[in-house]
Amino acid sequence: MAVDPTAPSPGVPAALEPETPLGSSERQGEGGVGPYKLAVRRLRRNKTALAFGGIFLVIVAMCLCAPLYAKHVAHTTPSANHITDEITVRGKTKDVVSPAGIPTGPTWTGKFLLGADSNGRDVAVRLLYGGRNSLEVGFIATFITCLFATIIALLAGYFRGLTDGILSRSMDLIWAFPVVILGIALGTSLALGGLDLGLFSVSGNSLWIPALIIGFVYVPYMAKPLRGQVLGLREKEFVEAARAQGAGNLRIMSHEILPNIASSVIVFIPLMMANAILLEAALSYLGAGIQPQNPSWGNLIGDGLSLIPSAMHLTLIPGGMLVLAVLGINIFGDGVRDALDPRAEIRIEH
Amino acid sequence: MARFLVRRLLAMVAVLFAISVLTFMIFQVIPNGDPAVRLGGRTSTPETRQAIRKDWGFDKPIYQQYFITMGKIFDGSVVSYSQQLNVEDEIKRDLPATLSLAIGAGIIWLGFGILFGLISAVKAGKLTDTSLTVLSFIGVSTPVFLLGGLVLWLFAYKTQIFPAGGYVPLTQDSWGWLTHLILPWFVLSVLFIGFYSRVLRSNILDTINEDYVRTARAKGLSERRILIHHVLRNSLIPVVSLFGLDFAAVIGGGAILTESVFNLQGVGQYAYSSIRQLDVPPVMVITMFTAFFVVVLSAVVDIIYAVLDPRIRLSG
Repeated sequence: MAVDPTAPSPGVPAALEPETPLGSSERQGEGGVGPYKLAVRRLRRNKTALAFGGIFLVIVAMCLCAPLYAKHVAHTTPSANHITDEITVRGKTKDVVSPAGIPTGPTWTGKFLLGADSNGRDVAVRLLYGGRNSLEVGFIATFITCLFATIIALLAGYFRGLTDGILSRSMDLIWAFPVVILGIALGTSLALGGLDLGLFSVSGNSLWIPALIIGFVYVPYMAKPLRGQVLGLREKEFVEAARAQGAGNLRIMSHEILPNIASSVIVFIPLMMANAILLEAALSYLGAGIQPQNPSWGNLIGDGLSLIPSAMHLTLIPGGMLVLAVLGINIFGDGVRDALDPRAEIRIEH
Repeated sequence: MARFLVRRLLAMVAVLFAISVLTFMIFQVIPNGDPAVRLGGRTSTPETRQAIRKDWGFDKPIYQQYFITMGKIFDGSVVSYSQQLNVEDEIKRDLPATLSLAIGAGIIWLGFGILFGLISAVKAGKLTDTSLTVLSFIGVSTPVFLLGGLVLWLFAYKTQIFPAGGYVPLTQDSWGWLTHLILPWFVLSVLFIGFYSRVLRSNILDTINEDYVRTARAKGLSERRILIHHVLRNSLIPVVSLFGLDFAAVIGGGAILTESVFNLQGVGQYAYSSIRQLDVPPVMVITMFTAFFVVVLSAVVDIIYAVLDPRIRLSG
């Protein structure tokens, strides 16, 4: 969490007005307690939110360790086939994939800890590598959304007039496409040839394609409410004061207005992350997201669904992991929102 | 009113035009190689590609390409290259399944969303509220296709209470229609129920402190009457406007995940199978019509609002 306790606060948003000081033992600085410090304190009291945030962090850490696990524990790679191998579990030897094509379930030992898939690949290894891809796409997409939404909101809300007209109408336009449909449209269109913008080009099966698409699709959902806040803030006295001191547009936007919408941006980050991971899973399941040669939670679930009757673990394991990660970040995000702005109204479409 | 109507309809036409341009750009102009290859698919022969180039006018200037593309979409002559089937005929064939799914699910999610939101708000802070909150969080965090797959396995394979996917037209067999759709209806609704009940809960908790609610209570009205006639009525407004947008998105193919899991022969399923074969023309037509539908429906919702509430047409 990029909470900056030293953030300048020329005008604390109404919702962040400091509450009654928390106990007499709290050290009172000259200017009282900053809004972010208060928010962190409120968040620290919310044990449920912290616990679920912790679950998400543990999942991220586990996925980051995927190569270590694959090399030193499972002794395999995410794409290595063991279809004809045999494994010995507690003295009993059995096929990794039975002659009828049914893969072994969880063995709870080093190799094939969580079983194998129908190609004889280690599910635990693929789960961790898949998580890496899903989370990577989620992080990049969230970053793209937040960056562009904030810039667009600042420009549209601050300059108003023609700039606002063009930017807001473009946002409305993207908004008219349901999220999944727009993701699919871009995904199918880009999967074949990749993207070539002259300076930088991306091949069709790169992780950057779904990350860019998901980041792009969610921009209006964040830019619209932020723009509304900027419109209100630019009329405030502290902006006038800055202008009277001779501050330019850029300086007013970055030093006066941005710190005041920062709390909303922070509230959006976990929400966007949860939605990005879910959309990535949906697009990958449909075949318009992460291409099948790279594992991802969405791809793994999609592969598992057709085998549910014979190999339940292929669906339940990646599915459970995905739900746990998204649930963790959703509940944590809810806690962050309550801590920063108990009355915020934020809507994300799925 | 007439002025508002004209202005709203003109704005709608402008957005529709912009949508057609954006769709055209996504599919034909994005700088990633030969559009003929994209339309024809990876496995298309050089002859097919040549035919596509001629057919869609890729040798002509870009504004002419736009008009050719739109002309093809609107006179209904787009053909998918992997199956050689007319795309618009396919969509017309699939529409009943999608409408059945969307309307049934819409009723369920609106009903349960309101019910759970109301219970949650009335019991705020108690165990019922907490458990409903937990459930709604799980609901919004579970991908539809995962839930659908598990539900299908449990109720159709394991216990065989419901048929295993597919769609039966209402006119053919109304009981079969119902049994085939119950599972998809609920699976599609879960996410929205979770979301709507949270929105409604916080709206009710905000409204309950308003002055007019206190007045109603001071008049001696019963709690039930206050809750339903005074609080719920006002708290429902944002939920209803959400419903308009979500419903349009579901009809336009947002239910694509549900349809593909349950093998419902709807528009979404058609889009899904087209993506799987990298068959681009159907995806293009479905994308554009979905956006059109959302825009037209939101204009209709705005106009209904303006009829109901004069403040909107004066300020808007």
